[in-house]
Amino acid sequence: MSQEPLAATHLPLSRWGISRRQLEGRIRRRRWADRIIRGLMVASVVVVLIPLFSLLIYVGRSGIQGLDLAFFTQLPKPVGMPGGGMANAIVGSLILVGLAAAIGVPVGVMAGVFLARSTSRLADGVRFVAQVLNGVPSIVVGLAVYGLMVVPMQTYSAWAGGVALALIMIPLVTLNTEEMVRLVPRDLNEAALALGVPAWLATLRVVVRTALPGILTGIMLALARVAGETAPLLFTALNNAFWHQGLSNPIASLPVTIYNYAISPYPEWHQKAWTGALVLVAMVLITNVLARFFGRSRYDRR
Amino acid sequence: MNQPLHHPTRVVNRGDRLFRGILRLFGLVVLAIALLILVELWEVARPSVERFGLRFLIETQWDPVREQFGALPFVYGTLVSSLIAILLAVPLGLGVAFFLSEMAPRWLREPVSFLVELLAAIPSVVYGLWGLFVLVPIIRSLELAILRTGLSRVPLFSGAPYGIGMLSAGVVLAIMIVPTVAAVSREVFRAVPDSQREAALALGATRWEAMKVVFDYGRPGIVGAVVLAWGRALGETMAVNMVIGNQPIISASLFSPAHTMASVIASEFNEAVEPMHVAALAEIGLALLGLTLLLSALARLLVLRVERRSRGRQAAQGVTSP
Repeated sequence: MSQEPLAATHLPLSRWGISRRQLEGRIRRRRWADRIIRGLMVASVVVVLIPLFSLLIYVGRSGIQGLDLAFFTQLPKPVGMPGGGMANAIVGSLILVGLAAAIGVPVGVMAGVFLARSTSRLADGVRFVAQVLNGVPSIVVGLAVYGLMVVPMQTYSAWAGGVALALIMIPLVTLNTEEMVRLVPRDLNEAALALGVPAWLATLRVVVRTALPGILTGIMLALARVAGETAPLLFTALNNAFWHQGLSNPIASLPVTIYNYAISPYPEWHQKAWTGALVLVAMVLITNVLARFFGRSRYDRR
Repeated sequence: MNQPLHHPTRVVNRGDRLFRGILRLFGLVVLAIALLILVELWEVARPSVERFGLRFLIETQWDPVREQFGALPFVYGTLVSSLIAILLAVPLGLGVAFFLSEMAPRWLREPVSFLVELLAAIPSVVYGLWGLFVLVPIIRSLELAILRTGLSRVPLFSGAPYGIGMLSAGVVLAIMIVPTVAAVSREVFRAVPDSQREAALALGATRWEAMKVVFDYGRPGIVGAVVLAWGRALGETMAVNMVIGNQPIISASLFSPAHTMASVIASEFNEAVEPMHVAALAEIGLALLGLTLLLSALARLLVLRVERRSRGRQAAQGVTSP
């Protein structure tokens, strides 16, 4: 960007019909507009980050007050009784996310490899459907699983909650896996084929193997995402004030418990909600950061 | 080794064929999931769809006790709250995207985009908690300040300053969808060839004028980003449910409590005992699904268009990565 005004004397100003002064004014105005708008862009970054910091600070400060060992080891106590924890909800969340991973990861990864290795019209269709599924509100998935599992089984269950979370996970994992597999240079595959390795083995042992860090990152991000989901659990896993009683019974989860405590009228429960939120946010953010730092594919251009 | 010479690859092909078959099977599973969601939702909603049909969406009375089910207040709440969110989030998200792709020094890019992505990682229920106890009081004092200035004669700002209501919901939603707007438009800007910027700068354009060129070039992609973010806002449940007041009111005021399609399902489904109530809530879910499908198809189309133009896959990646 030029720092000095244009050398206006060399310009055919009379032919443009403006004076040197007008021209300089115009340049100054443009330069000011530039500064102001660039300032606004910096400001927008600040405005966007304020809620993030506010949220993290509040969750940290309010949450830490109720953070003790009992929170991780004890069942919730009724209102009015001091102490108690959310151990059942933490365990429940881990079980639900584990179920979701057990169902969602194989399906998502295999479907992703399919998308990356196939050029058929079926693959185009599957990709489109996965992208659409990605945009389906999670509460709608919850309703569908209610119809699919809760109605026939006549009970809310951990199974239903796990399936609901898996259905949310699958499009995320599928699309990410495809992307990561596609990032692997074609040469690697061709080199393997040239050595006489069958195509399927080359795909699995060379291409997928190379893309594995990126695939794992995607899986971890998807797990972090479903670990925080509340809406699809409301009428699938429901909630439970006790330790889990098998996968065919309702099960507590951290997000649903936070929700119930937050909308309750009792200040002690609000405190518990903040502490629960701290634990949940810590779990989600740590997973996110780990996924980013350890799992980036060598061929990821970003 | 003992295979006849004219079938030299048959042994290899068998493994490949099996593998391809397995992969295809998993691809079909994804299709089956979509179909299953649609069918199951339809099954649960059927009594209501058969009884009320599309009229359901324009009736205004929602009284489960008298079996009156009109979903218009929820449709209204969903549309208005998401519109507020879009109006707030789009300028901010575009500002962030422009900052990251055109202005920020290299060392600042990664940390800032990481922080913005963190916003997307925070669970909805935590936004709800923060919204309820931190944001709502702020909004309440803002509403009080607006009322003191005498603007309350304007219908938009009328009514009691509860704090809880449409405005709070819109603001929380805006915070939640900013990362989507920012990430997708950043990818769109990145897909704009450098020659466009360089040509503008070479003609003497200021940085901002060059950005306008970039913006023009990526416009379909930006519209795609907005539509995508809007879809997110429509389906958002918990945070909205916790700050909007959950009352089926159609009011012109931003301060009024309201309800949305997603949040009414969340708050009433478990308490619904009448079969028709359950079905009506599921029909709201069906309508919500229809709305988001419409939007995401539109967004995909627009992003595809800019992507094809720049022959890059970057824009689509921004849309699809978790």
